[in-house]
Amino acid sequence: MTRVMKPAALLPLALMLAGCDGWQSAWDVHGESAISLKQLIILIVAVCSVVWALVMIALIVALLRRRVRAEPPVAVDAGTERRMTITVVMAVAATVVIITVFTVSSFFTTRALSVAGGDDLTIKVRGLQWWWGVEYFGASPEQRFETANEIHIPVGRNVRLQLEGLDVIHSFWVPSLAGKQDLIPGRPNELTLRAERAGVYRGQCAEFCGLQHAHMSFFVIAEDQAAFDQWVNAQRQGAAAPPDEETAAGRQAFLSKPCAACHTIRGTAADGKTGPDLTHVGGRTMIASGLLPTTRGSLAAWIADPQTLKPGNNMPMVPMTPEELRAISAYLASLK
Amino acid sequence: MRNGHQARQPRDTQFERPALEAALAHTWRTPPGLWGALTTVDHKIIGRRYIFTAFVFLALGGVLAALMRLQLAQPEARVIGPDRYNQIFTMHGANMMFLFAVPVMEAVAVYLVPLMVGTRNIAFPRLNAFSYWIYLAGGLLLWIAFAIDMGPDVGWFAYVPLSGPQYAAGKRADIWAQMITFTEVSALAVAVELVVTIFKQRAPGMSLDRMPLFVWSMLVTSFLIIMAMPAIMVASTSLILDRLVGTHFFNPAEGGDVLLWQHLFWFFGHPEVYIIFLPAVGMVSTMLPTFARRPVFGYLGLVMALIATGILAFGLWVHHMFVTGLPRLGESFFTASSMAIAIPAGIQIFCWLATLWDGRPVYRTPLLFVIGFIFTFTLGGMTGVMVASVPFDTQVHDTYFVVAHFHYVLIGGAVFPLLGAIYYWFPKITGRMMSETAGKWAFWLIFIGFNLTFFPMHILGLQGMPRRVYTYQPDLPWHGLNLFVSLSAVILVAGFVVFFIDAIRAPRRGMPAGDNPWNAATLEWATSSPPPPYNFARIPVVGGSNPLWEQPDTLAVASGLRTDRREVVVTTLTTARPEARESSPRNSIWPLLAAIATTIMLIWSIFSPWAVVWGSIPVAIALIGWFWPKGTPEDEA
Repeated sequence: MTRVMKPAALLPLALMLAGCDGWQSAWDVHGESAISLKQLIILIVAVCSVVWALVMIALIVALLRRRVRAEPPVAVDAGTERRMTITVVMAVAATVVIITVFTVSSFFTTRALSVAGGDDLTIKVRGLQWWWGVEYFGASPEQRFETANEIHIPVGRNVRLQLEGLDVIHSFWVPSLAGKQDLIPGRPNELTLRAERAGVYRGQCAEFCGLQHAHMSFFVIAEDQAAFDQWVNAQRQGAAAPPDEETAAGRQAFLSKPCAACHTIRGTAADGKTGPDLTHVGGRTMIASGLLPTTRGSLAAWIADPQTLKPGNNMPMVPMTPEELRAISAYLASLK
Repeated sequence: MRNGHQARQPRDTQFERPALEAALAHTWRTPPGLWGALTTVDHKIIGRRYIFTAFVFLALGGVLAALMRLQLAQPEARVIGPDRYNQIFTMHGANMMFLFAVPVMEAVAVYLVPLMVGTRNIAFPRLNAFSYWIYLAGGLLLWIAFAIDMGPDVGWFAYVPLSGPQYAAGKRADIWAQMITFTEVSALAVAVELVVTIFKQRAPGMSLDRMPLFVWSMLVTSFLIIMAMPAIMVASTSLILDRLVGTHFFNPAEGGDVLLWQHLFWFFGHPEVYIIFLPAVGMVSTMLPTFARRPVFGYLGLVMALIATGILAFGLWVHHMFVTGLPRLGESFFTASSMAIAIPAGIQIFCWLATLWDGRPVYRTPLLFVIGFIFTFTLGGMTGVMVASVPFDTQVHDTYFVVAHFHYVLIGGAVFPLLGAIYYWFPKITGRMMSETAGKWAFWLIFIGFNLTFFPMHILGLQGMPRRVYTYQPDLPWHGLNLFVSLSAVILVAGFVVFFIDAIRAPRRGMPAGDNPWNAATLEWATSSPPPPYNFARIPVVGGSNPLWEQPDTLAVASGLRTDRREVVVTTLTTARPEARESSPRNSIWPLLAAIATTIMLIWSIFSPWAVVWGSIPVAIALIGWFWPKGTPEDEA
C-alpha cells in the first residue's frame, strides 16, 4: 500500500524541493501574477493529491478485501448493489463540488491577474525566429529606442507588454513573474507583469517556432526606479564613439560589411532591421538570445561561425580577415 | 419466381453440424496464398493485419522516443541536431496518434465487434479491406519520407505559419498533411462500418442495453470519428492549398487567420483524445467483469458516461488555446466544460472500483494492466483537471508538465488497457495463450518504468522546462531529472521488449487456449479460437448482457440462413429483432486496386494540383470495377 501511494505523497514534497531552483521556475516566484498563480497551483495540486490518494485507498481495499474465491461468476446481490449505488452517487457528487470550487477559484484568479492601469509602463515585445525585439517609448518619438533579448523593468510597477509575433507564433514566458502569453502574427496580445523584488529572471519561448526554439531565451531585469531611469537614459543615447584605434577600425569594418544591412547601431549609418539592434550590445549580459555571455571572445566566436553555435539561425557567416573579426568584436564589446 | 429458386438455395437447417461447417467454410473461405491475402474481406484477417501493423508503428515510435531521451539526457548534447530532432518529435507524435493509437483501437474493433455482436462479417467488408490498404499506404508515406530526410518537422499539430508556405520550405509539411488524409479516410471508413455493424447486425435479442461495453464504446467512438475528422480534413486540405496553389486561408497579411488553424485542429484534436481513450475504457469495462468474476456494476451509468464524454469532447477544444489571448469569459466556459469531463470519468472509475469491491478478483495479466490503468489514468485525470484551469495552464502550457499529463492519459489511459486487451483476446485471435510469467514481467517493468519516466516530467515542467526543445542549457537546474528520466526509460523499453517477444513467440509455442479460457461472458468466446471464417455456424440468440454466464451450457441459435452464399442476419436497431437476411460481399481484388489508385493520386497531389484531375481517372475505374455486378449469388436482390 505504501509503495503504491508514494508518488502522491511525494508530489508536494518534490515540488517544495523544486523551490530552490532559481531563475526560470513557476515555483520560485517574484512577480505578483506568478505569486497568486502559485497559490492556486498549490490549492489544486493539494486537493487533487488527496482525491487521488483516496481513490487509490479504495482500489487497494477493494483488491485486498477478504472473501471466498469463486470460479463461476457471483450472483448480484440487490442489497450490495443498492449500497454501492449510493456510494458511487455520493462520490460523483463530491467530484462535482470539487470541480466547481476549482472552476470558480480559477475564474477569480484570472480576474485578479488582469490589472493594467493607464499610467503603466508600456513596452513592445516582438517575437522573431529566434530572438526577441524590445521597444521602449517615451514622451516624444526621439525617446523611443530598441534593444533585444533583455527587458529592464522597474520593481513594484505594473508593466504592460504589447506582444507581437512577426514571423511565426512564439510564446512569452517568464515563469518567475507571470504565466505565458502567445505572440501571434496578425493578432496583437498583451501581458501585464509586476516584479515584487529586484533580480534577473530568465524567460524562454514556449511555443515551438522552428529549428532554434530551444535557444530563444531572454532576461527580465527588475531594478529599482532610479536604476531603471538611469538605464533608460543611457539606452536613449546613440552608440559611443570608438575609444581607440582598434574599435574605430571595427566600426569601419562593421559598416562596410553586410553587417549593417541587418543590424542597427544608432549614431552610425547602420540601420538594418532584420537582426537585433546592437547600439548597446556590449552592455547586455548575453548574446544570441541567451546562448553565450557577452565578451569579446564570445562575440568573435559568434560572428566567425554563427551556424555551428546555433544551427539554422538567420545570421549568415560573413567572410572576413582575422584582423577584421578581432576589430569588429572589440567594437561591439565596447558598445556599453 | 423466388419460390422456384428455393429448391436451389441450401439453408443451414438442412445440414447436420459437420456438414454445415464444411459448407459455410467453403462459402466464407479466404483462398490460400498471396491472391487470397490480397483479396480477402474477412474482418478477422484484416483486423489481425491492422493490429500487427499498428504495433509495428508503436515499436517504431518507441524507437523515436528513445532517441529523444538519448539527446535530452545531457544539456547541450549533440547526439541529434535540431533539424533531425524536430523531425523526430513530429514523427513521434504524428505516428503515435495517427498511425498507432487511433488505428489500433479501430483494429481491435474490426476484429472483435462482429464476434461480440454475433455476426459473420463486418458491414461493408470491401470498404474494410480498402481502409487497411489506405492506412498502410499513409504509414509508409510518412516513414519513407522520414527515412529520406523528408520527414515533417513542424510538430504533430503543424501550427501555421510555421507549417505554411513561407516558413516550411520543401515538401515536409505536405507529407504531414497528406498522411492525415490517408489515415482519416481509413478511420472514417472503419467508423462507418462499425456503426452499421453495431446498429444492424447484432445477434437476435441483443438489444442496445445488452451490448458489451466495448461495443458501446466503439459506437460512441465511431460517431466521434465521423464528427471530428472532417475538421482536420478541412484544415489539412486548406493547408495543402495554401502551400500548393497559394490560397491564403492562414495568411494574416492577406486576410487569413492564424488562429483558425488552431480552432480547426483542436476541434478535431481534442475529440481525438477520446477517440483513443473511449475504446480503452470499453476494453476495461469488458475485461473487468471476467476477472472480478461478477457482472460489471453500473452498466447504465457506464454507457451514459461514454455518451457524455463523447458529447463533452466537442465542447472543450479551446483549452489547448488558453494562452492565445482569447476573451476571458469564453475561456472560463472552456475551463468549466473541461473540468466537467471529470464527472463521466469519475463515474467510470467508481463503477470499476465497485465491481472489484463486490467481485472475487483473479490476478491474471489483463487484470494487472487494468489495475495499472486505474492507478495511472486517475493521476493523469487529476493533472487534466489542473490544466483545465486557465491560470494554472498559463504556467504549465507547452511545458514538460503537459508532456507528463498526456502520457499519463494516453499510455496509462489507453496503452495499459490495450496491452491488457492483447493478453486477454490473444487466445481468441491465435488459439494460444501468451505466457503468464512474461506477462507479469512485462506489466511490472512497464508500470514501474512508465511512472519513473513520466512522473518527474511534472516537476520539470513546473521548473520551467518547455516542450519541443532539442536541448537545454547547463545553467538550468534540469539536467539531473532529465538524466533520471532517460535512464528510467530503459526500464520502460525493457518491458515492451518482453511484451513483443512474448507476442511473437506465443502464436506458435503458447499453451492451446480452448474456446473460452477466461470463462468470460461475451459472445466472442462462444465460438472456437481462432474463430472459423464464418464466425458462428449458427447465429446465437441473446437473452441478457452476459450471455455465456446466463446460458452456460447451450446458447440458443437462430437458423434459416443460406449456406451457398454469404449471408448475415439484419436486426432492428434498438431491440435487435430479426428483420432480414442480407448478403455479404465476396472476396475482391478491387479494394486493393482502388487503394493503389487513391494512393497515387494523393501522393502525386503533393507535387501538382493536376494530380487531382488525372489521378481521379484510375480511381474512378477502380470503383467501377469494384461495384460492377459479377453474377455471384451475393448479387441477387
